[in-house]
Amino acid sequence: MTPAATWISLQVNGRHYRSCAPPDRRLADVLRDEMGLSGTKIGCNAGDCGACTVLLDGAPICACLTPLGQAEGREVLTVEGLEGVGLGHLQHSFLAHGAAQCGICTPGMLMAAAALLRRIPHPGPDQAQEALSGVLCRCTGYARIIKAVCHANDPRSNTPPPPERQAVGISVPRLDGMPKCDGSESFGADPLPPDLLADASCGPFPASLDDSLMVRAIRSPHHHAQFTFGDLATWQARHPGIEAVLTARDIPGRNCFGVIPAFADQPVLAEGRVRFRGEAVALVAGDQTAVAAFDPADFPVSWHPLPALMDCVSARAEEAPLVHPDRAGNLLIAGRVCHGNAEDALAGAAHVAQAEVETAFVEHAYIEPEAGIAWLADEGGKQVLIIRACTQAPVMDRDACAEILALPEEQVRIIPSATGGGFGGKLDVSLQPLIGLATLHTGKPCRMVYSRRESMMSTTKRHPARMHARIGCDHRGRLAAMVFEGDFNTGAHASWGPTVAGRVPVHASGPYRMAHYHAEARAIHTNGPPSGAFRGFGVPQAAIIQEMLFDDLAARCGIDRLTFRLRNALDDGDRTRTGQCLETVGIRACLKALEAPWKSALAAARSWNAAHDETRRGVGIAGCWYGCGNTALPNPSTIRAGITPKGRVCLHQGATDIGQGANTVIAQIFAEALGLPLSEIVLIGPDTAHTPDAGKTSASRQTCVSGRAALACGQSLRARILRRLNMGENAELSLSHGTIIGHENGKEARLDPTHLPPGKHGYVLMAEETHDPPTTPLDENGQGVPYAIYGWGAQMAEVEVNTTTGRVRVRHVHAAHDLGRAINPSLAEGQIEGGIAQGIGLALMEEYIPGHSENLHDYLIPTTGDMPEITPILIERPDPEGPFGARGLGEHVLIPTAPAILNAIRHACGARITRLPALPHRVLAAIRQAGENGK
Amino acid sequence: MSYHRPQDLASAYHLLAERAPRLLAGGTDVYASSEGPGRPDGAELLDITAIRALHGICPSPQGWRIGAATTWAEVAGADLPPALDALKQAAREIGSPQIQNRATVAGNLCNASPAADGVPPLLVLDAMVETGSLRRARMIPLRKFVTGPRTTALRTDEMVIAVHVPASAGKGASAFEKIGARRHMVISIAMAAARMVTRQGQITEAAISVGACSPVARRLTAFEKMLKGTAATRIADLRPHLEQELAECLSPIDDLRADAAYRAHVAGALVLRCLARAASGATSQPESEGEGP
Ligand SMILES: Cc1cc2nc3c(=O)[nH]c(=O)nc-3n(C[C@H](O)[C@H](O)[C@H](O)COP(=O)(O)OP(=O)(O)OC[C@H]3O[C@@H](n4cnc5c(N)ncnc54)[C@H](O)[C@@H]3O)c2cc1C
Ligand code: FES
Ligand code: FES
Repeated sequence: MTPAATWISLQVNGRHYRSCAPPDRRLADVLRDEMGLSGTKIGCNAGDCGACTVLLDGAPICACLTPLGQAEGREVLTVEGLEGVGLGHLQHSFLAHGAAQCGICTPGMLMAAAALLRRIPHPGPDQAQEALSGVLCRCTGYARIIKAVCHANDPRSNTPPPPERQAVGISVPRLDGMPKCDGSESFGADPLPPDLLADASCGPFPASLDDSLMVRAIRSPHHHAQFTFGDLATWQARHPGIEAVLTARDIPGRNCFGVIPAFADQPVLAEGRVRFRGEAVALVAGDQTAVAAFDPADFPVSWHPLPALMDCVSARAEEAPLVHPDRAGNLLIAGRVCHGNAEDALAGAAHVAQAEVETAFVEHAYIEPEAGIAWLADEGGKQVLIIRACTQAPVMDRDACAEILALPEEQVRIIPSATGGGFGGKLDVSLQPLIGLATLHTGKPCRMVYSRRESMMSTTKRHPARMHARIGCDHRGRLAAMVFEGDFNTGAHASWGPTVAGRVPVHASGPYRMAHYHAEARAIHTNGPPSGAFRGFGVPQAAIIQEMLFDDLAARCGIDRLTFRLRNALDDGDRTRTGQCLETVGIRACLKALEAPWKSALAAARSWNAAHDETRRGVGIAGCWYGCGNTALPNPSTIRAGITPKGRVCLHQGATDIGQGANTVIAQIFAEALGLPLSEIVLIGPDTAHTPDAGKTSASRQTCVSGRAALACGQSLRARILRRLNMGENAELSLSHGTIIGHENGKEARLDPTHLPPGKHGYVLMAEETHDPPTTPLDENGQGVPYAIYGWGAQMAEVEVNTTTGRVRVRHVHAAHDLGRAINPSLAEGQIEGGIAQGIGLALMEEYIPGHSENLHDYLIPTTGDMPEITPILIERPDPEGPFGARGLGEHVLIPTAPAILNAIRHACGARITRLPALPHRVLAAIRQAGENGK
Repeated sequence: MSYHRPQDLASAYHLLAERAPRLLAGGTDVYASSEGPGRPDGAELLDITAIRALHGICPSPQGWRIGAATTWAEVAGADLPPALDALKQAAREIGSPQIQNRATVAGNLCNASPAADGVPPLLVLDAMVETGSLRRARMIPLRKFVTGPRTTALRTDEMVIAVHVPASAGKGASAFEKIGARRHMVISIAMAAARMVTRQGQITEAAISVGACSPVARRLTAFEKMLKGTAATRIADLRPHLEQELAECLSPIDDLRADAAYRAHVAGALVLRCLARAASGATSQPESEGEGP
């Protein structure tokens, strides 16, 4: 039996294939690498995410766990074959229902759904929920996916709405949605897409991915260690096919990066000492087989483990060793906001509640592990390093890579691939400098695809927080003062630690009024993974303790918990604790919107509990506010648009769309401002060579900051057109066969762009506008104007707690969010559902333990079966600073979820959870504690 | 080359004896344990899924024979009496549909995880593991087959051929319960299975097992004996005895999923739930000795 010489035959999407790949190769790899069917995604190679789901003889299986040999003589169906078996309408249903956000899970979802629909053409939600239970989605919260599946064979719900004149306020399907739904989207690990290959400025191209070298990083297995290399040259010589072994010495520029320049402290490749498990020390680049075959354990490096600081308490201890010698006390930075005299006010308060709460490292768990390719292009005789990888911040990537690789900025070009989820985790560079370095050294295209473990070990996390807070109020429940103190474990390197330390004290009060306030947040170094940006920058952690204490105080005052919040909610014209006067405040409207469901949920819980002992139901509520954009720092966005001689309207949109919808929302704003139908807009970018800097996709800033720039850009281009047409503001514009037509008061005017001379960038008419939200720096007491725009929200969770097992089931979440103006309501609701899913994870199951839960088997994120019914309530109180009044939403949506759930658990069974996540054993222990306290 | 996919048992036995390869069935443990693109950990693989004789569930007068390559999806969809309900329920709780379509019953036993969901239901069914090799065939009671975390009684030249449920265990009704921190695709923090036969409301036979609370899942033989002759409605009264046996025979650990104290507590609760469900299944059956295969 010599299978190497045998061919394996199988049917794939109705076609006969013969593969000479070894029969033990994973079917997923064979489909992707040999058959070019890259619609099948790989998120974990371990059966945990389901992204690789294909049908084998009609049954859904994980292609990553299936050896090619077992597919012999059988029939495989992948996403590329759905259309051929008459299931194209399923893909359209996904598009119409907004079921794909980033789209990385979509092929797996489609395949699992296809198997179901063949059995049951009109499934109910429970059947769909079961059938999709093996595919994880981190973006959507599953609601729209389940709807899309249930209605797949219901043609009415799948026809796209007719194109409308008006672009803002309409739930147009995502403009970049079809490739996500048909499997053709090109993520970091996928082949280069045709439109890129058609761009001559990017060539010469690696003819195929096979011609590129594969890069692998050697990473520390220890939290803290010194290391020395053995004889690298000899090792390389013994490994044919390995073309380069690179260490810190090979880095031509600065071996240091960090998202905030003043705090940059992270080596690309460590020098002599590693500060966290997963830190890279060397790179190996070689042909695919050689790199796949080599065993990192056999690499010549010796480790000398050192004692590691794993939490803030040990890192702050008197004699603790320093993670960075220049940061005394392992303190990276502290942020504070002080207003009035909080201690005195607490001393005089009628009621004071206090708590200590601890949260865990939380992993972003986007389904796409980091991946990308770099190559050298020839741009008019100038060599340019092109890096195409998943990212949230192309311009920051470019600047970091240029500095590390000692190249001028114009010789580094970042072309973001489609990004399969980010949530803050793809803001920092990961593999970009690594593949850039390997490409510069070898002169060859270099590729890297992180394994799930590598992704989880080496990239940033949500900060674990240890918080202590006291809040006081008077007899009637009016807040008097709050003191908040928090240590945020920022891990081995700075990353976004300073941002967390800055944001938390501004937001820790919640959207409530209190005269006296003292909040301090410290970012503390440990030997944990770097904690960085994750939806909310520390604010979700702080909201947990604040909202918990509100429930304590409401109970002591004997008033309803929602009433308590309404009594203290900020109002239009109020000042924040940083002294900023706010023109429009949405929290009251959000809380009011929950009044009716709150009352009926309380009544329902009461009657359930009257009849049940083992399962107890409860209702909890929490509010949120969140400033959009950088804290008290400039964060401009620039948007460019132009009209080509052929009359195409091109929008250079550099805000990366990681699934949240920037491509669609910014185009909608632009189209509305320009006054041309959305369908006429051609999207370009992002690409650092083609799109001006629209800043990073973080801090819920793209809709309100880049959106404002898009608004200005649209208005300015419109003004230019109107001037040419000699028409006034109210003219109606349209495009017909490349000619712009204006109508005003019964008159018509035409503008044929072919007759105009092309100017800069080849456009006959062009506009480029920048918006930078007006903020001021904060003084030493944290006073100033940190943000131009805030978004508001309140959520109410209904839960059921099993008091025997401590299992919590979230039954329903009502989510009221004031987003100023819903540019695209369907996308906004999708953000809400996805944020709630992550909030459920934060509250109930997510706990990253370095060295232990570095996979999606042990690190649990919600599945279809963990999701409650969600009722989004969109509130639109326009913000004068936002485009068409819009505020940000992306992060707000997850802030109130965890506190609302925890408060609901408490209401259900008395358990006051002070250590997250609320795993069953912690809930049970807290129930017992509550029982003892009650005695 | 290092991947073999024989069509018959004899070839498999020869390969086993000559090359001591790693066995491969559904691959859900074998392939999940390595993250690289290629074949898992470089081991030589013997894929048994092309061997016809290893597929399917066969009833016979002696009981039920579950071929080693039978998947959990096949178990879940099989026509089996209520005594085997616990096994079917466990089948539906293993990973996801994608996993159930590939993962095999025998693979679950051979992988020998303390948290293997297949073990407690098969323990209450007095399952026997049939092994084969060039030199000998053996029938090993399941409780002796799994010897510790990740270890079994298999010798290097042996493989599992089938899992047998004796006809004597086909009586009554059974139930399975597991607890994890999320709804789907979750490793059990603890799980339990129980099978019960009743006559006129009296328990005539009981079998109980608990998993993920000791290196190998355990039967609770003392409590089973005590239940005999008790009214099915009075089970809860005996809880102190259950707790006592759990305390004696379990050795739960702290890990990232739960702490030991929780496991010890919840194991008892799961057993009681299984007993209650098995009791209602058993008493709702016609008053006979249960159905034969
Ligand atoms: C995402 C995911 C979720 C999972 N969830 C669960 C769960 O909820 N509960 C649970 O119990 N398990 C779970 N598992 C584990 C796994 O699916 C089961 O243990 C499964 O039953 C193993 O069967 P298999 O056929 O895939 O085994 P394989 O992976 O093929 O083999 C497993 C082991 O058994 C050996 N082996 C296989 N067949 C034989 C044989 N006939 N004779 C001797 N040795 C043999 C192999 O050499 C290997 O050591 C999960 C796995 C994944 C990847
Ligand atoms: S890649 Fe196969 S399940 Fe994740
Ligand atoms: S859309 Fe599902 S993971 Fe992004």
